[in-house]
Order: sequence, then structure tokens, then C-alpha cells
Amino acid sequence: MEGERKMSLDNKAIQQLVEEKIKESMDVRLKELLDKKIGEVEGRISVLEEKTRKGENRKKRCAIVASKGSMDMAYPPLILASTAAALDMEAAIFFTFYGLDIINKNKYKNLKVPSLANPAMPIPVPNILGALPGMTAMATMMMKSWMKAAHVASIPDLIDACRESGVRLIGCQMTMDVMGVKNSDLIEGVEIGGAATFLDYAADADIPLFV
Amino acid sequence: MSIEINVKLDCKGLSCPLPVLKTKKAIDGMKIGQILEMTATDPGSQNDMVAWSHRTGQEILSQQQAGGAFIFYIKKVK
Repeated sequence: MEGERKMSLDNKAIQQLVEEKIKESMDVRLKELLDKKIGEVEGRISVLEEKTRKGENRKKRCAIVASKGSMDMAYPPLILASTAAALDMEAAIFFTFYGLDIINKNKYKNLKVPSLANPAMPIPVPNILGALPGMTAMATMMMKSWMKAAHVASIPDLIDACRESGVRLIGCQMTMDVMGVKNSDLIEGVEIGGAATFLDYAADADIPLFV
Repeated sequence: MSIEINVKLDCKGLSCPLPVLKTKKAIDGMKIGQILEMTATDPGSQNDMVAWSHRTGQEILSQQQAGGAFIFYIKKVK
């Protein structure tokens, strides 16, 4: 009886010891795994934090396509881009198709206001009369005089403001080829690029606009 | 209220966006802590200058109205 009891006590003690050992080694293994996992998660968090910090520090960006060459359509891209720069944003204008006229040194000072198919034209006459010779010049003249009276900056002034404030002015290479516009026809400070150039810039833009 | 003004800028008669563009240019040429007094008559400048301040972080200390003109006191803070 004595021996049996002693034996069972020993067994119990051994069992307890084994259990303790197993628990101990499991704890150690678990801690290793946890530490490893925590390390991984911390690493990923710091990468995300870095990205967020960069994103927050990044300037806002405004990317504009100027596709029209009339005076009234030249104003919005130039005003918005120069103002974006004044608001500490990055800005670029991509001049394509008739929009190229805005940076064509032979044309940019004399952009016209269309009198035909422009129901909002400044001359209060039936729209069909806009087809008459001289009407475009008249509409343009009237718009220019109103602009001057309201002390609105001229197109060349706005282009200067854009260039001074670091707005990127990009002429569309393909349209230049189509319309026979040479690099030397463009005003100073213009770069040449294609759709990919614009899209690369616009991909990170907070404000993409098509005019 | 007395504010010590370092630079004065007259934008009276000018239309959008010139008051904003000229203000930015003036601020760029100033030292941190200096104060610009900008006067404009464009009614849009009231909202535009607030928007400009919001975006650039430059501080509008005070905004007043006198005889059809809007006067902004702007502190260059950065």
C-alpha cells in the first residue's frame, strides 16, 4: 500500500513537472512567434506612416488641359493655374489642339471671341448675324474693352504670371505636328510633351480639369 | 487696433485673380513675421483671400471695410 501510494505520488509529480515544462516551452515559442509578428506589423505601420507623412507634406496639384483657342476659353486655364500656384499648389497646363494658340507667339496676343454659334456673344444681335464679315473682330473688340474696363489681366499678363510662378506649360507634340506648329512658334518657357507626359503628371493631381 | 505694417499693396480696381496673385508675390518677398496691408475693391477678394490664407497657411490678422474697399492685414508666418 505504502509503495503504491508513493508511486502514484511520484507519477503525479512527474506529470506536473512535464506539464510545467510543456507550458514553459510553449510560452517561449508563443512569445517568439508573437514578437516576430509584432515586429512585422510595426514595420508595416512605419511604412504606412512614412507614406502618409509624405502625402500630407506633398503640395496639392492641379492639372489642366486647354483644348480651345478662343479668348474666352483661354482665360479659365490661365487664371486657374496661376491662382493655383499662388495658393501654394503645383500646376501644369497641357495645351492641345486649338489650345496651342494660347502659347503660340504669333497668335496669343490676338485670340478671338467667336461671334458665330456663341449665343452668349457680347453683341446683342441675332446669332446668325455673327456669320457676317467683321463680327468676330467686333465681338473680340467688345470683350477686350470690357475686360480692360474691369481691369482683368490680359492673356499675355496671365501667361507671364504662370511662368513666373512655376506653372508648367506643356505643348502637345502630336497637335504641333498636325497643325504644323514648330517649337520656334511657341513662346519662351514652354516644354513639349505628349499624352503620357500629361497623364503622368495628372495621375497625382488633386484637381484635374479639362477646358 | 494698432498693427505695425511693413509692406503696403494697392490692388484697388483689379479683378480676380490679380489681388491674390499680387498678394502672393508680395508675401514671397517679405520676411517671416512681417505684415502686409493689402487693399482691394474686388468684392470677390473677401472670400478669395480667406481661401488663399487657408491654402497657404499665411495668417489674416484682420479684415476691414472702408469706403467700398476691403483692407486685409496679413502676417507672413512661414
